[in-house]
Amino acid sequence: MEKASLQQIQIGDPLNRVEGQLKVTGKAKYAAEYNLSGVTFGVMVTSTIAKGRIKSMDTKLAKKAPGVLAVITHKNAPEVPGYKAAVNNEGARVYGQEFRLFYDDQIHHNYQPIALVVADTLARANEAASMVKVQYEQETHHTDISRNLDQAIQPARPEDYSRGEEDAYLTAPVKVVHEYHTPIQVHNPMETHATTAVWEADNKITVYNKTQATKISQQEIMKAFDLKEENVQAHSPFVGGAFGSSSRLWPQEMAAILGAKVVGRPVQVVLKRDQVFNMVGYRPPSRQKVGIGASAEGKLIGITHEGYGITSRYEQFTERMMDPTKSMYHCPNLNAKYRLVPLDMSTPCWTRGPGETSGSFALESAMDELAYALNMDPLSLRMKNYADKDPENELPWSSNYLKECYKQGAERFGWQKRNPTPRSMRSGEWQVGMGMASGIYKAVRDRAVARAKLLSDGSVLVQSAVADVGPGSATIFTQIAADVMGTSIEKTRFEWGDSSLPHAPGQFGSHTTASVGSAVYDVCTALKQKIQELAVNQKGSSLQGAQATNVVFENASIRLKNGTTSLTYSDFLQQQQLPSLEVIKESDGGPLLEKYSGKSFCANFVEVRVHSVTGEVRVQRVVSAVDAGKIMNHKTAQSQVYGAVVWGIGIALMEEGLIDHRYGRHVNNDLAEYHVPVHADVPDIEVILIDKEDPVIDPMGAKGIGEIPLVGFTAAIANAVYHATGQRIRNLPITPAKLIS
Amino acid sequence: MKNFQYVRPTQQQAALETLAQDDKAMFIAGGTNLIDLMKRNVVLPEKLVDINRLPLRKIEPTSKGVRIGALASNSEVAEHPLIREKFPLLSQALISGASAQLRNMATVGGNMMQRTRCYYFYDAALPCNKRQPGSGCGALQGINSKHAIFGFSDKCIAVHPSDMCVALVALEATVLVTGPKGERQVPFKDFHRLPGEHPERDTNLEKNELILAVDIPASSFTQNVHYLKVRERASYAFALVSVAAALDLDKGTIRNARLAMGGVAHKPWRLMEAEKALVGKPVSEETFQQTAALAMQGAKAFEHNAYKLKLAPNAITQALKTAAGLS
Repeated sequence: MEKASLQQIQIGDPLNRVEGQLKVTGKAKYAAEYNLSGVTFGVMVTSTIAKGRIKSMDTKLAKKAPGVLAVITHKNAPEVPGYKAAVNNEGARVYGQEFRLFYDDQIHHNYQPIALVVADTLARANEAASMVKVQYEQETHHTDISRNLDQAIQPARPEDYSRGEEDAYLTAPVKVVHEYHTPIQVHNPMETHATTAVWEADNKITVYNKTQATKISQQEIMKAFDLKEENVQAHSPFVGGAFGSSSRLWPQEMAAILGAKVVGRPVQVVLKRDQVFNMVGYRPPSRQKVGIGASAEGKLIGITHEGYGITSRYEQFTERMMDPTKSMYHCPNLNAKYRLVPLDMSTPCWTRGPGETSGSFALESAMDELAYALNMDPLSLRMKNYADKDPENELPWSSNYLKECYKQGAERFGWQKRNPTPRSMRSGEWQVGMGMASGIYKAVRDRAVARAKLLSDGSVLVQSAVADVGPGSATIFTQIAADVMGTSIEKTRFEWGDSSLPHAPGQFGSHTTASVGSAVYDVCTALKQKIQELAVNQKGSSLQGAQATNVVFENASIRLKNGTTSLTYSDFLQQQQLPSLEVIKESDGGPLLEKYSGKSFCANFVEVRVHSVTGEVRVQRVVSAVDAGKIMNHKTAQSQVYGAVVWGIGIALMEEGLIDHRYGRHVNNDLAEYHVPVHADVPDIEVILIDKEDPVIDPMGAKGIGEIPLVGFTAAIANAVYHATGQRIRNLPITPAKLIS
Repeated sequence: MKNFQYVRPTQQQAALETLAQDDKAMFIAGGTNLIDLMKRNVVLPEKLVDINRLPLRKIEPTSKGVRIGALASNSEVAEHPLIREKFPLLSQALISGASAQLRNMATVGGNMMQRTRCYYFYDAALPCNKRQPGSGCGALQGINSKHAIFGFSDKCIAVHPSDMCVALVALEATVLVTGPKGERQVPFKDFHRLPGEHPERDTNLEKNELILAVDIPASSFTQNVHYLKVRERASYAFALVSVAAALDLDKGTIRNARLAMGGVAHKPWRLMEAEKALVGKPVSEETFQQTAALAMQGAKAFEHNAYKLKLAPNAITQALKTAAGLS
């Protein structure tokens, strides 16, 4: 008998995280916490120049230091078969030649790993690492986007786009055109990148790593070492923040694997904070120009958006800087141009709302500027140019509740109380400003596989290789499974974060719920079907011969709709003489998705205060209204919006990776000097979840939520700062220095 | 990080002797700055002499004011009833610094000994005369947005990062130190140095000396005081500019004043000329603006810190207004 307290969980319930207790009690194990028998510690030595070659490396002292087991450099590193293979760009997520660790004497960027020192303790490895002496042959480097715009290239995978007439904004009755700059931003998760690697045999590798995609880790290791799938395992159930920075295989994984190969023991490598700034990805800086023209009534006539990002010399990292512009508003004429400036830097990497975040800062700032040029309310301007289908491709929206976001957000925020004149609102010495912006982000779905098992105690186990880097995916999937199976949360278990489990795409691009959630939904539906088929065909079963439409699954049992007859899952298995019952199912969106444009939407409303004397900016209030489809869990969804807002505050007001271009080297690469918001910077955040089903993308009706609230958010702050002060800051971050100068 | 020996004496004499025995030994108290510097190979002691067991934690009234033991934590001092009542400027300055966790660990003596946050000092791969004399000043032609506008030299343009010290210099504290030559008193304004030709030396503490306590004389600066810290985020950030302002008012007239700044020089920057100019003046925005203008005489900016030439006087005016109750 189910206890009354074991409540039936439904999709949408604000369920606590299933792994929450493990995390807050310290029992959740992270990549650097696998104290395997015989584990050793690797510390990476990194380059102190941005370009050139290693002339010589003196490792004698380090090798002789106490406890040192190996010093690995390009001179003695084990061969990596994959490094010799010809570059195959087809299907590669990033175009070009991936970075090859300890491959040769070439230096491609500052902080490039050039040696790994392995010792029996971390302290000894650290000390020995400082004893490696390197001589370089330096070459002239370039790390400044602004000074190298003339070197920009059209990426091999172009992002350019146009519709209608080119540069139509130029001849519009009202127009604005401005340049917008965004700096390098670094993901800076609390947990720095870490890996513990083990060679179980000559041809078998296990890594305990920090990844958003155990299957991608597995496949990239297979490719590098020419190993079979069953011989490579990536295990990563707990991730201390990633935000895109753990979406590919990085030097710490390769170093740990190579180290373990050399010393014949497990090797653990943890990056130091300064190393994460220029080794494991970052959000590239941008230089953008946006021109928008409109009729005197505020109907958009033309938008021109040019954007420059940066990449390394060895890969072309492209991002979707132009995406919001292409689809956000109804506008007949539009041309978007995207270029890359190759520099002597490590390759950038996807960073929460990759491209869209930088692109929407420019677009949504420019829309605000246009509203003032038109003498029109910024919200009215956006509503007037609402697109009732995707203007990029003329496809109907899979669902679009942006108007609801505008309406509910404005109401909750009290937008109508805003005096439209800049510098008109004040509270003591603080100037008060209100700003808003819209956001749009792709809502897609990828192939995923899940396994569901009915166990002898009547509980359900569902498995997927998917990562849960913090958004609450494991909780949501437990919840979906419980909802479909009619089981309590206690009797529903979800296993994740290991490449040996059924295939899942990486946890990025806000498509985990739609992809893996669908697989969980589908596999549980298939399991029910199988239970039902077996139950109604079983001789002597109380359900024998029952109609499918007549069977209900609830309280971990099967029941006839109109009768009192009920069979618990465990009794069912007993009747069937089965120890358990298992179903595996692959799910994907199918062709329907191609007939629609799937997007999530948001409208952000922000109130800021700017101190009239010191130029300090404080965000006072935020209302974030989000259309992310049907909400799977109101608690974790709300937390996702909180997280995005905190990110937005950081990007708008403080985050900036500073490089001294004379040395091509980051200078503020620690958390004391690279500022992210602290609690005191985060105001009341009101989250409005529209919570309406998307009928196309997946069977639950969900769209993605991890990134959408961040898109446009930084512009909402910049717009509010303009409203407060009359100063338009087009160069992030908005600091006291810029406001008082 | 270099491996090191670690000793934890319980007697002051033993601590001093242990330090003197080894040229590369250093004292450690809260360690909130030293450990960071060791991790980044900026400071490489071979021996750490942990002084936390020495009896230097007391905060007690004296005939002249208060004596604060060098090992009293920043939190203890900030929250002490005597400090809050008689030296509120110090309490405010301490609370504006770091985070609660750091203030719990950090000591008064350690706070005085903390090193600059200059980017170039922190990266052993870049030039820095303070870290490696003769290697050059990376900041001079580099990223100098947080750097000095007063008292710098062509060898070093770094600023002292402490908030506490700005209040202590304004309150005319004295530092009690001991060493091979016995005990001595150092006026707080002379404790820290300007860089000159020797930026590697932050303070006038002699070799093998130990800070025992800080004495603050009782004063009339108990009501009209304000510590203003301007920073890019609301907490846990070093000051772009900070101001310690203290006024002794006789109705609408200023009887006496103290003024010091942080984030502008290699040491806590006492503004004695400005203080003098305030005496006898009426409390008004105009008075404070004139004071700020006077205080800024001789300021000079580098490529990225010109904003401080505007922010600093604004902050002085604002701090004085708040101290006077005008804001």
